[in-house]
Amino acid sequence: ILARYSTETKQKIDEMVKSDDVVIFMKGTADQPMCGFSKAVVDILNMHGVQFKSFNVLSDEEIRSGIKEYSNWPTIPQIFFKGEFIGGCDILLEMHRGGELIDELSKIGIKS
Amino acid sequence: MPVLQSHVENKLKENLNPIFLKVEDFSDGCGFKYNVFVVSKDFEGKGLLQRQRLVNEILKEEMSEIHALTQKCVTPEQWEKMVAENPNLSNENQVEKPNDSTKKCEFHQH
Repeated sequence: ILARYSTETKQKIDEMVKSDDVVIFMKGTADQPMCGFSKAVVDILNMHGVQFKSFNVLSDEEIRSGIKEYSNWPTIPQIFFKGEFIGGCDILLEMHRGGELIDELSKIGIKS
Repeated sequence: MPVLQSHVENKLKENLNPIFLKVEDFSDGCGFKYNVFVVSKDFEGKGLLQRQRLVNEILKEEMSEIHALTQKCVTPEQWEKMVAENPNLSNENQVEKPNDSTKKCEFHQH
C-alpha cells in the first residue's frame, strides 16, 4: 500500500480535500452509498442540511489506499472540514449526538 | 485470516488498562467486524480523533484483516455519568452470538 502512495497522489488528494468546505471519501455515491457506515455519514450531513462533496473510493483504487495514508486513518468513510481531517463515521455520529457538530460547522461558516 | 475476539480484547487490555471493555463481533463470529467500547484513563485530555487514533495504532496489524471497526472511547468520568444514567450498562454481559457457519460473511473491505 505504501508503495502506491506517490507525491502525485498526495497532491491530488490535497486538492480534493480542499475543493469544498465539507468533503467526504465514501464507498458509493451520496445518492447510492454502498456501505452502512458511508450511508450514516451522508444521512447525518443531510440532516444538518450541509452541502458537501463526496468521492467514491470504490471507483479509484489509488485514492482508496492513498486517502488512508494521507490522513493516517485505516477506514472509510473519512470526513474533512476545510481540508482538515475530522474523523470517520463514529466520530461524526458522536459529534452529532453531543451537539458538537453544530459548533464545528459554524466554525467553518455553515449554519445547520 | 479472521482476527480472534480474545486477541482484540487482550491487545486493548494490555495497552489501555481499561476499567471497562466490551468487544463485540458483529460479523456473526467470522472475526472480521468488531464493535469496541473502551473506558480508559488514557483517553483523558484527548479529543475523539486522538482517542480513536490510539486504538487504531494498537490494532494496526489487525486492521489489515478487520473489515469494520466501530469505536466508542470514553474516560472514566464520562463512564460514571453514563452508568449513573443507565445502571444496567456496567452489568451488561457480552452477548455470545451463535457461531452459525452456514451464514456467509459479507465481505466488507475497508
